[in-house]
Amino acid sequence: MYAQMIKSTGQGVKTLDEMEPQERAFQERIDAGGKIEPKDWMPEGYRKNLIRQMGQHAHSEIVGQLPEANWITRAPTLERKAILLAKVQDEAGHGLYLYCAAETLGITRDEMTEQLLSGKAKYSSIFNYPTLTWADMGAVGWLVDGAAIMNQVPLQRTSYGPYARAMVRICKEESFHQRQGYDIMMKMAKGTAAQKRMAQDALNRFWYPSLMMFGPSDAESIHSAQSMAWKIKMNTNDELRQKFVDQTVPQAEYLGLTVPDADLTWNEEKGGYDFSQPDWAEFFDVLKGNGPCNTERLAARQKAWDDGAWVRDAMMAHAEKRAAQKVAAE
Amino acid sequence: MAQATAKAPTHNEALFEYLLRMGDNSLVLGHRISEWCGIAPALEEDIALSNTALDLIGQTQMWLGLAGKVEGAGRSADDLAFLRDAWDFRNLLLLERPNGDFGQTMMRQFLFDAYQMLNLEALKTSSDQRIADIAAKAHKEASYHLERSRITVIALGDGTTESRTRMQAALDAHWPYIGEMFAADAVDIAMTHAGIAPDPASLRPAWDGIVLPALHEATLRVPDGDFAHRGGKDGVRHTEHLGHMLTTMQWMQRAYPGATW
Repeated sequence: MYAQMIKSTGQGVKTLDEMEPQERAFQERIDAGGKIEPKDWMPEGYRKNLIRQMGQHAHSEIVGQLPEANWITRAPTLERKAILLAKVQDEAGHGLYLYCAAETLGITRDEMTEQLLSGKAKYSSIFNYPTLTWADMGAVGWLVDGAAIMNQVPLQRTSYGPYARAMVRICKEESFHQRQGYDIMMKMAKGTAAQKRMAQDALNRFWYPSLMMFGPSDAESIHSAQSMAWKIKMNTNDELRQKFVDQTVPQAEYLGLTVPDADLTWNEEKGGYDFSQPDWAEFFDVLKGNGPCNTERLAARQKAWDDGAWVRDAMMAHAEKRAAQKVAAE
Repeated sequence: MAQATAKAPTHNEALFEYLLRMGDNSLVLGHRISEWCGIAPALEEDIALSNTALDLIGQTQMWLGLAGKVEGAGRSADDLAFLRDAWDFRNLLLLERPNGDFGQTMMRQFLFDAYQMLNLEALKTSSDQRIADIAAKAHKEASYHLERSRITVIALGDGTTESRTRMQAALDAHWPYIGEMFAADAVDIAMTHAGIAPDPASLRPAWDGIVLPALHEATLRVPDGDFAHRGGKDGVRHTEHLGHMLTTMQWMQRAYPGATW
């Protein structure tokens, strides 16, 4: 779940009777489970909302490379190094599919990158937390990718065709990522005292930021209601958060680790856990730019973009020269 | 042959040394390339660099795994990668040099890929079947790496005034590290005589045949002089950079000895 706090039209959801015929046909198609494709008519709000959501998702993949790349050069074995490299490479690939899918809505990858670097577009709050030990590679895979999958699996059925199709491939890779993260945690939880300490510490630091990934309760949000009517958001934030906690707590128990929530209890009546909410003031601080790593993450992306400018310019210049030579030869 | 005091290696010693050279070249370059992950000039380049690093780490596992078996002292590929100090590394000096800008990284890659592709092609017919098997797999990957680094060097040399300046500087900086690839020592001679590996010097004409036309197409000037820094593949004198790389790479294994990851 890399999309948080996506603003919709702010108008509330219209009924079918309030819609003009074109919009009504569009909504009926979505209601019937049909897909909207790039050349189809769509309301301007739907297009803008999707660009924001897909852009945020793509940026999250790209910024999300950084906390994991932080450990590639220190991976403890050749196999772990290869697995982590492959995983971070997948994230770049996900960014690429999502930028390409968003481009079908009439925005370019460069424009989206500029929005990220200027702060106009956001990325998931989770990537503003630091990765401090090798166990964090386990916790990121297990918890962060685990939380992402909760949202992304239903998005395979989202109404916008290119987004839904990108999500099918992304989900396959994400579930592999989650398994490799859990595998790292298993090795550490069954390892030396130092490894166990690292594993517990990673869970302590990543538990609440992972719960924040779903965003604040949206029961009353008109933005969410519109996104759900358009099927670009499939479940409420609270539903997904509950599902994540219910799935993750037994996994932590299996590892012999303690979820850092003294109030965590099984609620027989609802068939799920009762759990503590994260500190939402911290969440809003992170969104405002005051997370532990916001400055470093954006600075790293800015530096990569600036340092790469001469390469991109040279590639373009070379391609243009080649094209001109080809024309001259014909 | 002044200062030649070391006695000739036994066959097994030479074979072990040779396998370390193959493994360490892959490991050290793979590690350097992996430093680009997440910060390359474009997403496509980021993915391609990670892919190259992945291939090289995979090759490292095969070469160092075989080296450990040949040595017969019970050391695994991981033991060799993470628990040797700099003086026991046998990679070319060229490969441990810092990445520099993207142009320097790709120039180094191209100069090495051309050598590596040719060397692996020859190793496919090695008298040692284990080496021939590894070479067959690695050669496919090296050919792809070469195809990509070659077109990148050409594009960046030909691109803009700035990019040409940067690529010429990259070529000039790397050039004194080329000679080490083709200089044979006692280990190479033993391998050549046993039909295990080609004489490194024999690869130079074909290397020139790949590299020089590409540099010309990239509008770059081939540096004068054939001075060659040495000391990497025999481990006698590495650059100061290798120790820092190993400090990072080996930190976990050194800090938590004996743990399983």
